[in-house]
Amino acid sequence: MTDKTKVVQVYKIVIKASAQAIWDAITKPEWTDRYAYGGRASYELKAGGKYHHAASAEMKSFGLPDLIIVGEVIESDPPRKLVQTWHPQFSAEMIAEPPSRLTYEIFESPSGVCTVVMTHDVTDAPLVAGMVPGNNNPVESGGGGWPWVLSDLKTLLETGKRM
Amino acid sequence: MVTYSPIVTDDDLVFKALADPTRRILLDLLFQRDGRTLKDLESGLEMTRFGVMKHLKILEDAGLVVTRRSGREKLHFLNPVPIRMIHDRWIDKYREREVSALIALKAELEEKDRS
Repeated sequence: MTDKTKVVQVYKIVIKASAQAIWDAITKPEWTDRYAYGGRASYELKAGGKYHHAASAEMKSFGLPDLIIVGEVIESDPPRKLVQTWHPQFSAEMIAEPPSRLTYEIFESPSGVCTVVMTHDVTDAPLVAGMVPGNNNPVESGGGGWPWVLSDLKTLLETGKRM
Repeated sequence: MVTYSPIVTDDDLVFKALADPTRRILLDLLFQRDGRTLKDLESGLEMTRFGVMKHLKILEDAGLVVTRRSGREKLHFLNPVPIRMIHDRWIDKYREREVSALIALKAELEEKDRS
């Protein structure tokens, strides 16, 4: 039986880069600042370690808090698997939702191409569930969501430039 | 004479996968509710299980559908990333504004048609 209350979203992208380069782009602040929404991520890469994503100057100018996403590392197996909680602090309503759970899996093929599978468990967090798939207006409304984040990550790693 | 490039890119697979009404229905079904079994998807279509499986395989090869095992079940998820990439590569490039103007015009004409 499928558990109807469990809500999971899956995102997959193929990137021509090493698993280590992709891992760094996800976990290192100097990389997270360079694609998608920007802002510096901070990871304590061990089980129980702290995670947060700091707002960029632009985000702060929109009135977002200093730490836009907080969470905890559940499993860190570089450069293959990262499991963490992910709790956006965009509004009081979102803070009231339970933390969601994010899993990154990076599969490297012998040809030097990696498949990144991101599984986002948004059970009991309907606001987050509605936000992260994105909409068609990533630049103007900041609503690109994970598809835009992953697409921009791919462009950065493959071309060295932003989309 | 028209010649075709022998190189099949990811874009080709996505466009090919989208160029079929049944496969678009399958994507719409997953858009409504994600993480569905073959049996569940089959009930929304007038088609044999084998036919639905074949279409799902093409969608999976194009990266539009991702499957995960949950116990004994194989669950199908919509992966919106390739559609985002097609959007960025093709729609943005040819000026989104003009496209949306055309979509608005189409809506307006169809509205007139009805009245």
